[in-house]
Amino acid sequence: MNPNFLEFEQPIAELEAKIEELRHTSHGQALNIDEEVGRLREKLKLKTNDIFRNLSPWQVAQMSRHPARPYTLDYIGVMCEEFHELAGDRMYADDGAIVGGLGRINGRPVMIVGHQKARDTKGKLRRNFGMPRPEGYRKALRLMKMAERFGLPVLTLIDTMGAYPGIGAEERGQSEAIARNLLEMADLRTPIICTVIGEGGSGGALAIGVGDRTNMLQYSTYSVITPEGCATILWRSAERAKDAAEALGLTAPRLLELGLIDKVIREPLGGAHRNPRSMAIRLKAVLMNQLDELAALPVDALLEQRYQRLRRYGAFQE
Amino acid sequence: MNWLQKIMTPRAHTQGANAGKGKVPEGVWEKCAGCGSVLYKPELERNLMVCPKCSHHHGIRARTRLLALLDEGSTQELWPSMEATDPLKFRDSKKYRDRIVASQKSSGEKDALVAMGGRLKGRPLVATAFEFGFVGGSMGSVGGEKFARAGERALAEKSALVCFAASGGMRMQEGLFSLMQMAKTSAVLARMRDAGVPYISVLTNPSTGGVSASMGMLGDINIGEPKALIGFAGPRVIEQTVRETLPEGFQRSEFLLEHGAIDMIVDRREMRDKLADLLNLLEKAPRAA
Repeated sequence: MNPNFLEFEQPIAELEAKIEELRHTSHGQALNIDEEVGRLREKLKLKTNDIFRNLSPWQVAQMSRHPARPYTLDYIGVMCEEFHELAGDRMYADDGAIVGGLGRINGRPVMIVGHQKARDTKGKLRRNFGMPRPEGYRKALRLMKMAERFGLPVLTLIDTMGAYPGIGAEERGQSEAIARNLLEMADLRTPIICTVIGEGGSGGALAIGVGDRTNMLQYSTYSVITPEGCATILWRSAERAKDAAEALGLTAPRLLELGLIDKVIREPLGGAHRNPRSMAIRLKAVLMNQLDELAALPVDALLEQRYQRLRRYGAFQE
Repeated sequence: MNWLQKIMTPRAHTQGANAGKGKVPEGVWEKCAGCGSVLYKPELERNLMVCPKCSHHHGIRARTRLLALLDEGSTQELWPSMEATDPLKFRDSKKYRDRIVASQKSSGEKDALVAMGGRLKGRPLVATAFEFGFVGGSMGSVGGEKFARAGERALAEKSALVCFAASGGMRMQEGLFSLMQMAKTSAVLARMRDAGVPYISVLTNPSTGGVSASMGMLGDINIGEPKALIGFAGPRVIEQTVRETLPEGFQRSEFLLEHGAIDMIVDRREMRDKLADLLNLLEKAPRAA
């Protein structure tokens, strides 16, 4: 099994390996196998289509944390003409699980803040698997307040399993750091656009997720708790994560239907990792459109609209 | 069953049940979870569920707490008929709908947040309290909406807002609807901050998860009850993550006070006086027209 492919992606991996093999053999020999390769490519496309036509919520949850999925800095790399990372919360440390900085997209200066994961072991440790500590949230807040002072819009990219549950994180006020961001973002006098690019894990995600628009990539998830966590508590077994994923309604189309997010951004065939560049270009187009819409509003109207938007969330009767 | 078992089993069984629940039969007596003293229940209730011997703070009903805080006869319950719907048609081992109905029966409340308007030593006050007995005091759409309305009412009346947290966090069965209540309630608190309307958060045992990470930690003043468990992640989750034993007193009020997360620890029996004194100092004197 190829570790860079999920279980349900294995047929894709096999077909790709076959195509590679054929192309390799054709270098050595003078055989003309273009026709065969073309046939296999067509088959690969159909197969991929077939697999991705009807992903279950649990499969989407796996896609949202796919080992090859693009991360915040990958998107920044494609979207920005320039980017200057800014470090530190000015109080305690620089948290690698959140990155942020000043960038320019289509000539327009922006502040970008996002969770950051990594693919290799060393990077994963440095990024703490994308699970921020309070200093990460405080860095994010520092940058957002700076954006407010200089009239820059804020773009956030969400991709975390959740805020880090550790001793130090609790000692330094994880709850307060998250809560503070929710309050300040509700009130920040500049447009904020939030996009879930991978995992939207509970309060740790929402702490950079309050704003004027909420987008989700097609195979990202947004949830009050991870499927595993929910299964452990309600089914008393992490094995039931599949059932929890179904019950939680955490996929982008479902959340759009429920009126909890504003837009689903389609991913390339087979998911963002199959073509990160085209994904980033699509994301950039959506963000630019939304920035144009929001920039047209006077700040007071923007804040009133944001308040009403947040205020509407909920399903109850009386 | 042999003769020895016959003799031993019933007694061992009774002892086991008592040790497990910390309860003494009869219903009039309650064993203190702190010092083990057997307490006369009506007396314990008169003492706001605080042990008169060791001052251990037992759980207290949300309604009892609010009635004890506000001036007698001044209280009016707000939005008492608000109830949860089941937007996700959530079902685990039980249907969410059935869980709600069972909780309503056992707790006598419609949902986990009770809100009241009234007076505290004469001044108007909006007060809310979480009922831990209702699905672990979890906040879903009803809790979020009631809190938001309570904040808006405080804003409109220019009266202060007090919230007593007692919650395991957000209600899973309402999925992202629940999570968004954190954003909603914080947005209202932002407006109160801008308008200079005081908000005091009292964190009681336990206050964890999303409730602590939104309105719980956003008080102009944050107060802890003695030895209350307060934190973002629950101790079990942390233990599993860091794979070490947690230090003694970790995530208790005293620990939070030492680390600068709360302003003070106040005994429940002195809470009414303390809140009145603090609000006296915070509330702006009416401006001359």
